[in-house]
Amino acid sequence: MTAGPTLAGRVSGYIRTGGVLTPVITALLAFLIGGLVVALTGKNPLTTYQAFYDGTGLSWLIPWSGEREVAAINLQQTLILTTPLILVGFAVAFAFRAGLFNIGGQGQYAVGGFAAVYVGSSLDGLSPVLHVALALVLGALAGGLWAGIAGLLRATVGANEVISTIMLNYISLWIGVYLFGLGGPLQNGTDPSLPVSDDILREARLPVFWGDAELQGLHVGLFVALAAGVVFWLLLNRSVKGYEARAVGFSPDAAAYGGIDVGRTYVTVMVTCGIFAGLAGAVDVLGWQFRIATNDVTGSEIGFLGIAVALLGRNTAVGTMISALLFGALLQGTSVRNLDPAVFEPALAGNLTTIIQGLVVLFVSADVLVVYLYRLRRGKKGLPAPPVPPAPVRSPAG
Amino acid sequence: MSTVTADDLRPPRGPDAVANGPRSYSQAKWLGIVGIALGLLAFFVAIPPITLRTAVPSWLIAALAAGLGVLAVRGGKKRVGYGAIASAVVGALGAYAASRSGVTNLEVVVSWGALGAATLRYATPLTFAALGGLVSERSGVVNIGLEGAILMGAFFAALGADKTGSWVLGLLIGIASGAVLGLLHAIFCVGLRADQIVTGTALNFIAFGVTGYVYIDTYGDLGTPDDLPQIPDVTLPIGSVPFLGDVLAGQNLMVWLGLLSVLAVFVCVFKTGSGLRLRSVGENPRAAETVGISVYRTRYVAVICSGALAAAGGAYLSIGFVNSFTQEMSAGRGFIALAALIFGRWRPGGLLAATLLFGSSSALAQRLPAFNESTATLMQALPYVLTLIAVAGVVGRSVPPAADGVPYKKGE
Repeated sequence: MTAGPTLAGRVSGYIRTGGVLTPVITALLAFLIGGLVVALTGKNPLTTYQAFYDGTGLSWLIPWSGEREVAAINLQQTLILTTPLILVGFAVAFAFRAGLFNIGGQGQYAVGGFAAVYVGSSLDGLSPVLHVALALVLGALAGGLWAGIAGLLRATVGANEVISTIMLNYISLWIGVYLFGLGGPLQNGTDPSLPVSDDILREARLPVFWGDAELQGLHVGLFVALAAGVVFWLLLNRSVKGYEARAVGFSPDAAAYGGIDVGRTYVTVMVTCGIFAGLAGAVDVLGWQFRIATNDVTGSEIGFLGIAVALLGRNTAVGTMISALLFGALLQGTSVRNLDPAVFEPALAGNLTTIIQGLVVLFVSADVLVVYLYRLRRGKKGLPAPPVPPAPVRSPAG
Repeated sequence: MSTVTADDLRPPRGPDAVANGPRSYSQAKWLGIVGIALGLLAFFVAIPPITLRTAVPSWLIAALAAGLGVLAVRGGKKRVGYGAIASAVVGALGAYAASRSGVTNLEVVVSWGALGAATLRYATPLTFAALGGLVSERSGVVNIGLEGAILMGAFFAALGADKTGSWVLGLLIGIASGAVLGLLHAIFCVGLRADQIVTGTALNFIAFGVTGYVYIDTYGDLGTPDDLPQIPDVTLPIGSVPFLGDVLAGQNLMVWLGLLSVLAVFVCVFKTGSGLRLRSVGENPRAAETVGISVYRTRYVAVICSGALAAAGGAYLSIGFVNSFTQEMSAGRGFIALAALIFGRWRPGGLLAATLLFGSSSALAQRLPAFNESTATLMQALPYVLTLIAVAGVVGRSVPPAADGVPYKKGE
């Protein structure tokens, strides 16, 4: 059956059934039920979804559609939001492949932003390339260290990473409110009445390559996310560490028997996840936010969306990127600037996004449901054969 | 959720333990426990009512506590020993901070009666949710969705109380909404054998979204009305009794119901036949099925009750405690409740002690702004830090039900 000993084992059925059909059905079903919620509260789901779609700028991809300029600006915004979603998606996906559930993407994203905003707003006089690189690297490392706490607790005392990462989320939230709140150590140096950080210096900002830099065009952070996708794939499929992570994901006991240090793998996997999420926080701060207010810290949900992004993308590199685009478009389509309150209230739309996000995760969790759909598609009676855990090649002594 | 680590099975280490055998091993444990108590005492002498205005005696006591901790570690009791050292450090730092701050501030923050009363208020939602977790996990289903159930209970109790004009109906509607969430969890985890943790996370998102959606749709920017019917307080004629009067005289009805629920769950789960069946399903579902117990039905009932209990805690939060609803007001309480369950070793008495501990940290964090606004913000993280430390410190020695978290398939 699909039930394995670990989380990765259990969701492996979903990963294995492959194809693009199951994620598409999952997403459609979630949007369908979301539409039902809209209809139940006396609004028209079709015009609502149409309004969302109009805000995403995805119509730019269809060359013969009208209003190319507005669509281009909207698509830039969609891609700006897609960038951190890809990275936090990897932060969750990488953990899943090693049998860990990283709900701490939000906290890792936050501390990555804290480190980047500190580096980016201070150290005046560095060369731009060095300054940006330093802020990105320190943001990523901060995220890695933060996630490493959960990995270390799991490896040494066996503390479940679900609870520890959630607690680290709340701790990072209050650290952020403290740092940037009134009287906090990183609060704005010029105006002590604002609960916001200093601005990122001009030369530490990520360059814009599409659109107007003054009007929040698309910054090069997207390429950081795409490069991270290549690293994610190589790490998981072509490196010893990635092999060990997947082996631990399938069966920690078998991996340990094969000579893999399971505890150390937990730590390195969590640190890697944190690096992805910390990078997301750094890219957002250096690319378009340029400062962190306490409201940003308490209101952000990018890290939590990473769970749905990773699961819908079947925890693979390409799948995660595609589902990040879907959720990026949804975030942009429901944003306050885009959505006409006369059609649908943005505050309602934000909650609708959360419902859809939850439904996606719920349907993915029921891999039995997905396997059933898979069988329907293939017209098979039997279930796909259980995976044979990959035999570790190392000798126990090695 | 956790397993016995190899360390628990090994004989005690360290030269003394080997030389003197088990007797010195238990001595080391007691040294550690006394060390922890001394560390707390070091802090206690610096705050009201004793309020020593110098930290020197505290430091001496703390040094003794740390010494005992070192002895305990050398004797092989690492956890207790490091606990004593940590307690000594915290005690010394706390005493230093207390001796440096003004007496009036100290007396505002450390007013024992008010702290005790606030501890009970903060602990109550946690207690209900942790009891829900206990019922569910004793049947073998991990319920991460407690957080969502609290939120459902909080919102739908407020909505129900507002629309019906009665707190009783509001409470019942809130509890029913939690039960519905529990039913969904059961359908996916028990019926479809979905991964319990992923499903629970999904239900949390759905609860956030649904409560937020209906809240905005119903109340818009105005928030819940000020005249929400409220669950009444119980006034006891013991107001003049020192300390106890301050703590217990004016508590909300739900605080008492929470304490009563601890007793009720204890009796139901540990002293009745159906409780035994529930636990057998959580320990060994195959064996339970063999003797004619329906694993599916037991788990369905347990998970639905779990949602209802957590929702009762949520209802207290909105219409008993703060008298309004705000989005995501559960603020991680469901997860802290899960930690309390682990810390309390899946026992009602243990989880009550744990929720009181976490509640006291919230109560303390709430009163600290008297000192320094900015630093007090950081203290809001205290309950979460404490939860993290508690979970890290106790796992390995706290053993969950054997089939906890494992989906069950009939006749496999």
